[in-house]
Order: sequence, then structure tokens, then C-alpha cells
Amino acid sequence: MRRLAKIAAAGAAILLSTPALAWEPTKPVEIVVAAGAGGASDQMARMIQAAVQKNNLMKQPMVVSLKGAASGAEALIYMKSSDGDSNKVLIAYSLIYMLPLSAKIPFNWRELTPVAVIAMDQFVLWDNAGKPYKNVKEFIDAAKASSSPFKMGGTGSKREDQVLTVFMEKRTGAKFVYLPYKSGGEAATQLVGNHIDANVNNPSENLEVWRAGQVRPLCVFDKERISYKSKVTETQSWNDIPTCKEEGLDVQYLMLRAMFLPGKVTPEQVAFYVDLFKKVSETPEYKDYMEKQALKPIFLTGKDMTKFLEEDDAQNKSLMTEAGFVAK
Amino acid sequence: MEAFGLLLHGFTVLLTGKTLLLMMVGLVLGIFVGVLPGLGGPNGVAILLPLTFTMDPTSAIVMLSCIYWGALFGGAITSILFNIPGEAWSVATTFDGYPMAQQGRAAEALTAAFTSSFIGSLCAVLLITFLAPMISSFALRFGPPEFFAVYLLTFCSFVGLGREAKHKTIISMALGLLLTGIGMDTISGQLRMTFGSTDLLRGINFLVAVIGLFGISEILLTMEERLALRGHAAGISLRVILKVWMDLPKYWVTLLRSSFIGCWLGITPGGAIAASFMGYNLAKRFAKDQDSFGKGRIEGVFAPETAAHASGTAALLPMLALGIPGSGTAAILLGGLMVWGLNPGPLLFVEHKDFVWGLIASMYLGNVVGLVLVLTTVPIFASVLRVPFAAIAPMIVVSCAIGAYAIQNAMFDIWLMLLFGVVGYVFKKIGIPLAPFTLALVLGNRAEDAFRQAMIGSGGDLGVFWSNGLVGFITTLALALLFWPLIDKAFGRIGQMLRPAKA
Repeated sequence: MRRLAKIAAAGAAILLSTPALAWEPTKPVEIVVAAGAGGASDQMARMIQAAVQKNNLMKQPMVVSLKGAASGAEALIYMKSSDGDSNKVLIAYSLIYMLPLSAKIPFNWRELTPVAVIAMDQFVLWDNAGKPYKNVKEFIDAAKASSSPFKMGGTGSKREDQVLTVFMEKRTGAKFVYLPYKSGGEAATQLVGNHIDANVNNPSENLEVWRAGQVRPLCVFDKERISYKSKVTETQSWNDIPTCKEEGLDVQYLMLRAMFLPGKVTPEQVAFYVDLFKKVSETPEYKDYMEKQALKPIFLTGKDMTKFLEEDDAQNKSLMTEAGFVAK
Repeated sequence: MEAFGLLLHGFTVLLTGKTLLLMMVGLVLGIFVGVLPGLGGPNGVAILLPLTFTMDPTSAIVMLSCIYWGALFGGAITSILFNIPGEAWSVATTFDGYPMAQQGRAAEALTAAFTSSFIGSLCAVLLITFLAPMISSFALRFGPPEFFAVYLLTFCSFVGLGREAKHKTIISMALGLLLTGIGMDTISGQLRMTFGSTDLLRGINFLVAVIGLFGISEILLTMEERLALRGHAAGISLRVILKVWMDLPKYWVTLLRSSFIGCWLGITPGGAIAASFMGYNLAKRFAKDQDSFGKGRIEGVFAPETAAHASGTAALLPMLALGIPGSGTAAILLGGLMVWGLNPGPLLFVEHKDFVWGLIASMYLGNVVGLVLVLTTVPIFASVLRVPFAAIAPMIVVSCAIGAYAIQNAMFDIWLMLLFGVVGYVFKKIGIPLAPFTLALVLGNRAEDAFRQAMIGSGGDLGVFWSNGLVGFITTLALALLFWPLIDKAFGRIGQMLRPAKA
């Protein structure tokens, strides 16, 4: 009887442990970054790499592979041509909607396999801390009164930064000239050097120069303020930055940070990665990173994610169309 | 003494077992590529660059710069023992070095070469140490017009000061600029010249081009010339080293003069080769018995080697601080920095202090370690040259192919590299210099972006390039350098017209 119980227990143990025998990567997993080194995507990829490694979430190592050429189109084409390769994960952002529209890149995110949306990134309007205008109203008034139009710097051309600039013009009537730079980091140092009047960088891109007291955040392009209340500079937290709407500038934009596998992968493989990123989103490394970079936590998979992507795609498309950035 | 504190910090970054090991590996690899004919500094660094992609930037650049030092040291070995300059700037070393080897004084010549290399580099590193902090405070004044003016200066100085025929330099540069247009354009966000090909989407990677242009083309040339390698055996004993070192103080004027020439020319682009010749020529001009030069005089080794290394090292300063490379190898290191997201330029000193001072500290350490290493391993490296060329050539081709593939994991790049190999071969045959082509590939995109950003900012007014003292000075200097041969001639005429009037 006792022996029987033992066998039953062993059998149960085997049954219970079968999920662990499900699909698992057999080669190092490559996180594909569609941007240059040091940018927001790269930093996030390295955070994920560290979180997976420190918490032993996967047996195989993770490597970050930078494919930022052609404004990130390189990464999209690379993923597209890797059908069925479950060892590559793309860390995607709004370029998956915008690049095919503006530059006619032969790519559609529906050809890849969505895994999870892991964060939303904010946009903040920044000016140089040495300038006299301390809020959105003073800034816009100065822009309108200026004899030569204010210079707005941003990442790339006909992308989120320029879209925001166009909508700021539409809502306020002020005129800006938009200067495209290769990266947000470059836009940040150009603002510090007073070569441009403002930028709409993500919080992470301007964090260091804000802490150094060289730039000033004017407003955040979201419906609500950023939730993080611990002090970033000596006097201010992310939460102290007003929303643009509060300041009378009704423009909102959030950018997804999502993980995709190439097309034609099996459901078991997708399940493995969904589980992996779920676990990543629960690690202290992830939480710490979200707060430091002022990212909005979110976790969507499966149907929720597809629904979100479709809506987000439609919204980006209408913004791009209204801004006149869709290539004919 | 901010520089001193930062330098000490740089040493603490370096003094880990791992970094020191990388340094040794880099030096050995560097000497190896320096000794191999057809490789040399720029090619060696280009081929080995992808090896470092998995490292953190500081380790990677330390290793790369050690490959660079190694290659500089290695170039002297072939010049003296085999009369084959590994690098263009080692040519002057052969004038007296090879005769010394023929007279059985190879060890003495090698010691002289290594020691003077070390002294030249050290002088240049000292210069970098004390100039670098000043350059960083000047950093934030660089906006698009300033950046463009600096690139313009580089392009113009290649045309105006280069030794090659002007039209050939311009042809080479224009072809390079044309190729940088391929791919995504940052300013308009549109694709250019890709003809629907997804391989061309990435643009032409300059490393792929460089490996082909230098590495493959050199193999083709050597094959054609049926290069036979015959070398002299060499061993260095402590006695010889001490003897040469005891004699050093006698030549302090030569050493100092060559160091100065090297530092000065290194900061202006393309100066390293000119520096070694200038060092040699000046040493000869100021010597009492000029006839003994070219017949195995130790001073004839000291002078060019010191100058070449001072300029090779000083060339790193404009690369780091302004993003303009002073030599071919520096141009490749520049590309390497961009791979790691370190944008060379004034802001590098502000944004990546650890990296910059780590690199400067590695220049000191790398040179000391390198000197010891070459002195002890000369016989081994010299034996490399006794391996038949037929055995070495395939190895070089394979390493070139691996290098080209590894940059972007693309098979297309290997074909591109072979194509560039043929282009390089043809260029060498018809006397079109490769350096302006490489330079245009590295800086073309950035120059174009900077120009168009400046134009957007100014509303299309070219006056922006004279809108403040800094940018105005650089732009004017650039134009002056472009037309330097004409200006020089005009001054000569005026001089001629004045002289008879005086007489």
C-alpha cells in the first residue's frame, strides 16, 4: 500500500513537472535592438539581459544585438527574414508603425509574432535651464514672438518626435523648425549647448542633463502626471512635471515598448517567452528600471496585446496622416 | 591638476587582471599584423575590430589601441630586417635601418627603433594628457555649423596638403561621398540609392570597405609581384639594449625635434607619413656629416621612428576630441567608437570620462608593456616572415572574410569586401589614393547631416558658417587649406616681385 502511494506520488510529481519540460531555447537568445548603442531600447535590452541572468530565468544566455542602421529598419528586415527562428526577440517601439508609412519599408508588424507589451514610454517637452521661460505658456509666447522660428531637436525624421512638433504647432499656432538628429542623446547635448531651443526627449534620454541642472522639463505629453514621486533632482520628482494639457497644450502621445518573435513560431515557443517576460516584469531590476527611466508599467499579452496593437497602429496612422508624413 | 587626478582614475579603471590581459593579447596581435606584409595597422585594427564587439567599450578600445601600438612596433621589425615597410610611415626607417641589419647590427637598429617609438609616443601622450581637459570645456560650443566646418576642414586639408595629385584626391573623395549616400537619410527619413535591395538598406559599412580596399587589394598586389621574403636573423641581448640606451642622451636634439614634428603633424590629418620623412630629412639636414645617412647610421633610425610614433599617437587627440581622425588607423578606431555608441567629438570628454581617461592611461601602460614585449619577442616574430607567402595569403584572406562577415552577420558584406578589394587594387594601380576615399566613407554621412541641420537652422543662409568666431575661423581655415597650393604660389610670386625691387 505504502509502495503504491509512493509510486502514485512519483507519478504525480512527474505529471506536475511536465510544464518544465515544455519548449525551451537551446541556443543563446538574441535581443534585437532597432536603435543605436546607449539609446532607450538598448538600455532596456540590457536591463532585461541582466534581470534574466541575475534571477536565473533562463538556462541559455541572452545577447543584445544592435541593428540600428537605417533608423532601425535594419532590425525590422532582420526579424522579417528570420521566420521560424525562435531565438530572436525584437524589442519594438513606435517605429514598427511609422517606418513602413514614412519610408515605405516593406514591413508589417502583423508578419511577426507579438509576445508582450512591457512598458509605455513618455515624452516630455524640455528647454534649456538657462532660458527665462519657465512654463509652457511663456515658452510658446516666446516662440511666437521670436523673429526666427524656435529650433526643435529630435530623433530621426517623420517619426514620433517630429509628429509631436507638428501637433504642437497645430495646437498653438507657434512655428518651429525641426532638426533631426541621429539619437536622443545627441538632441540632449545640443539642447544643453543651446544649439536648439527645445526637444521632446523621452525621460531616460534627458535624465542625466536634467539631474545636472542643464535642462528644464516643461510638461509631459500624457493624460496624467508620471506617478513616480521620489526626488530625481534636488527639488523635483517626475511627478512634479505638469501634463501638457494642464498647461493648456492639448497634445498626448505614449510610445509602446513591446517584444516580438519572428513569424511562424510555435505556440509553445510563444508561451515560453510570454512566461519569461512576465517573470522579468516582476523582478526588482525591472521595477527599479521603470522608476528610474520614468516608464509607465504595463503588461499585455495574447488577445489584449493584439487589440492594443491594432488600436495603437490606427492612432499612429492617423497622426502620421494628419502631420503629412505618409509617403505616397 | 584636474588632468592628473583623472589620469590616476584612468589607471584604476585599467589595473584589473582582465584589462591587462586584453592589453597583452592586443599587443601580440598587433605586432603580428604589423609584421605581416599586406596587413599593418589600419588593416589589422579593421579585421580585429569585430572581435571586440562583445566587450564593454573601455576594454574594447584598450585592446584595439594596444593592437595599434603593437602594429606600430611591428612595422619597424619588417622595415629593418627585410626592407619591407609594414606601414607607409615606416618607409623612412628602412633608409638606415636595413643597412644596419646588413652590417650585422640588426639588434642595435631594432632596439633603437623600439626605444625611439616609445619616446615619441610618450611625448604625444603627455600632450594629450594636458590638452584633453581644455578641449572638453570647449565641447558644448559645437552645434551643426561648427561640426560641419570641422569636417570641411578635414576634407579640404586632405585635398590642399596631400602629396598626391589634387584631382586624384578629389576623385577618390567624391566616390567615397557618393557611397555614403546609400541607405537611410537621417534628415528626410527616406531611403536613397537602395534600388529596392534590403542589403543596401544598411548602407555601405566603411569597415567592410576598408578590409577590402586595404587587405584584399594588398594580397592581390603581392601576388602579382611574387614577393619573395628574405630576412636577416636577429636576437637582442641585454648588452645591446644597454649600449643603445647609454647612447640615447647623445641624440636628445634629434629625439626632441622629431617628437615635436610628430605631435604637430599628428594633429593635422594625414600627417604621420609626412612626419617620419620630415623627421628623417631634418635630422639629415642638421647633421654635420650628411653623407653617412643612408649607410647605417643609428640616428637615421631614431629620427623617423620617433616622429612617426609621436604623430601616430597624437593623431588620436583630434579623433577623440573633434571626431577627425589624424591617420588611417585612427579613422578605423573612429568607426569602432561609433559602433559602441561613443560619439567621438567634443562631448566624448564630458559624457564618457571613464572611457577617455582609461584610453589615455592605456596609452602609457600599453607603450611600456609593448616596449618590453617587442624587445623580448623579436626572434619569434621575425620567423613569421620565413613562412612562405603562399601559406600566409589564404590565412589573411580568410581572416578578412571573417572580419567583414562578423560586422553585421551578412553574407552580402563578404561580396562587397571582395568588390572593394578589386576597387582598391585598381586604385593602387592607377595611383588614386585610398585615404580620401576611406575618410569620405567615415565622415561623409556626418558631414552631410551637419550641413543640412545647419541649413535648416539658418533657413538656408550660408552665412551661418561665419556666424561666430569659432565657426568662422574653422571655415576660413578650411578654405585656405583647400586653396593652399595656389596661395603658396601667389606668395612665392609676390616674394619674387619684391626681391628684385629691394636689390
